[in-house]
Amino acid sequence: MRCTVSKFSGSKSPSVDIVSSLDTNQPNDQFSGPDLHGHFGRYGGAFVGETLVAAVEELDRIYRKLSKDPAFWAEYDRDLKHYVGRPSPLYFAERLTARYGGARIILKREDLNHTGAHKINSTIGHALIAKFMGKPRIIAETGAGQHGVASATVAARLGLECHVYMGAEDIKRQSANVYRMKLLGANVISVESGSRTLKDALNEALRDWAANVDNTYYIIGTAAGPHPYPMMVRDFQSIIGREARAQSLEEYGRLPDALVACVGGGSNAIGLFHPFLRDEGVAMYGAEAGGEGLETGRHAASLTAGRPGVLHGNRTYLMTDDAGQILETHSVSAGLDYPGVGPEHAWLKDIGRVTYVPVNDKEALASFRELTRLEGIIPAIESSHAVACACKLAAGMSPDQFVVVNLSGRGDKDIDTVAAIDGITI
Amino acid sequence: MSRISQTIAGLKAQNKKLVIPYLVAGDPQRGLTVPLMHALVRAGAHIIELGIPFSDPSSDGTVIQLGAERALRQRTSLIDVLAMVSEFRRTDKQTPVVLMGYLNPIEIMGYEPFAAAASAADVDGVLIVDLPAYECEELFSAVRPRGIDTIFLIAPTTTEDRTAAICANSSGYLYYVSLKGVTGAAIGDKSEIRDKITRLRAITNLPIVVGFGIKDAQSASEMAAISDGVIVGSAVVERIGLLPSQGSCSGAQLDDAVAVIAAISKSLNN
Repeated sequence: MRCTVSKFSGSKSPSVDIVSSLDTNQPNDQFSGPDLHGHFGRYGGAFVGETLVAAVEELDRIYRKLSKDPAFWAEYDRDLKHYVGRPSPLYFAERLTARYGGARIILKREDLNHTGAHKINSTIGHALIAKFMGKPRIIAETGAGQHGVASATVAARLGLECHVYMGAEDIKRQSANVYRMKLLGANVISVESGSRTLKDALNEALRDWAANVDNTYYIIGTAAGPHPYPMMVRDFQSIIGREARAQSLEEYGRLPDALVACVGGGSNAIGLFHPFLRDEGVAMYGAEAGGEGLETGRHAASLTAGRPGVLHGNRTYLMTDDAGQILETHSVSAGLDYPGVGPEHAWLKDIGRVTYVPVNDKEALASFRELTRLEGIIPAIESSHAVACACKLAAGMSPDQFVVVNLSGRGDKDIDTVAAIDGITI
Repeated sequence: MSRISQTIAGLKAQNKKLVIPYLVAGDPQRGLTVPLMHALVRAGAHIIELGIPFSDPSSDGTVIQLGAERALRQRTSLIDVLAMVSEFRRTDKQTPVVLMGYLNPIEIMGYEPFAAAASAADVDGVLIVDLPAYECEELFSAVRPRGIDTIFLIAPTTTEDRTAAICANSSGYLYYVSLKGVTGAAIGDKSEIRDKITRLRAITNLPIVVGFGIKDAQSASEMAAISDGVIVGSAVVERIGLLPSQGSCSGAQLDDAVAVIAAISKSLNN
């Protein structure tokens, strides 16, 4: 039942190498979305100003063509292998598992990627398209700075001009990543409008794109924004799930009982989940930023506590007030501090395929420390939300089951934040 | 015939160019919006575009962003904006009012409740910046039967195919965006704008007005010469932003704040 549609089942290769990204035999069913205009059910779409409509339509046309080209994916896979260092391993967190006494907790080690997080999987793909389109100028927005670093990295490698929009508040709390981007040759632009965080950086990037649409390629950092971005970013990040699926079959002889990933915009989560959506026996959990607790209103759990609306080019669940204004969000992790979420997650919530749960700041920080001490792995605070959710889940499951949790990034960038909470200045 | 179409037909008969100012409702205080609308009419405005303030105006430049931030500090909601239109209508039965803004406030109110409330307030048109033609059917099927015009932007980047689709969904007038960019930037290449408008004329009989980047009588005259009129936003909002955020304003202060519209009307229609 679980493995019926797997193209990997039965193929007992000696070890999992890079899993080809060219996916030619996907069945046509409810999970093969989006439709031609980028809809996942009632979510998604391309709600942008008229100046940008032609740009997103052109990108859609080019991507649909390139995504059928084996040579495109061969180049992408080559970069992932030799530049990013894929495949990333599945790691059995034995002491963490023993601590909770339930299902085995297996980490998908995206933290080991070049630049320290899953973001590079997507920027590699976008950079190939920018090169194909002959665009000399890259723009990106960033929250925690991971996507900014990943964008600056591919721009440096291809010799492209790179401008990264970052909220003034985020620049303060992620200074190491700001310096990293500058070292890579990117121009980091401080965004002073609105709440001065990720959502405002996205607005500013959209304004830049409208003004420079002829020579500029916009690399959106998550599986949100106007169509075709949610589809493209999902396709690029799906390498995570394809590998995890093949590795589970290889190392454990079957598919996992559950998957867990953190959800801000949701790119690492959709990347892990998507290749498993048709596997009915695999439960899926998205850990949202519960901040200081849903009851305080200071959180970023748009799927759990928000409602459908339209922002940044797509219809999705949002943190919005009764007047339709976007609310300021809070999370200890800059990467989850966003009032929206990718439209495919909105749809997966509504159809009940994925369960989304809030994990608050305290729980995430406790998991941050626990994983560090028990396994010698310092996780990103974003990923710590997923670890916290997985530990709770595993505790209620049996030892013959296993949970794959996406360790989407490493925590080096967060040590200042954690030290500050401990009252220490580094 | 809608109030917008009647207004435009009347101006055409007199060989006059449309002057359409934009202001953000509630900027810099809620009580000033209706007096400012009347001042704009005194200054020669034919239609008023009233901005619904939104927290994330991603198609707007700094000037209008700041206008929206001032209006939101006064907690101006879509319900307040509709009440302002009703109040304006009590003394001005002629001047059409077009609501311009982003989709989310309308989405959260609900399309049907919004259409009913807009109709009750005697709104004449809606222009939703981030609602492209192929997503508009659900909202506009609620709005159109109430006689409210649906106005779209056409950009320099709009393809011929899309232009046809937009014209098919448009009524009242077409808003031609003079430049690639956000509101308030410098105006684009004039001959390119002229060529584009000439091509638009071959596709549609709708009146075509030009906006984005018009800041004074000279730029207005240049654009009006090749179109049916102009829309002036940032140049108005910039001056309105200098009005006090509390306390009252004299009629002279308001007239002074919209002086750019008086200057533009004088140069286009005198």
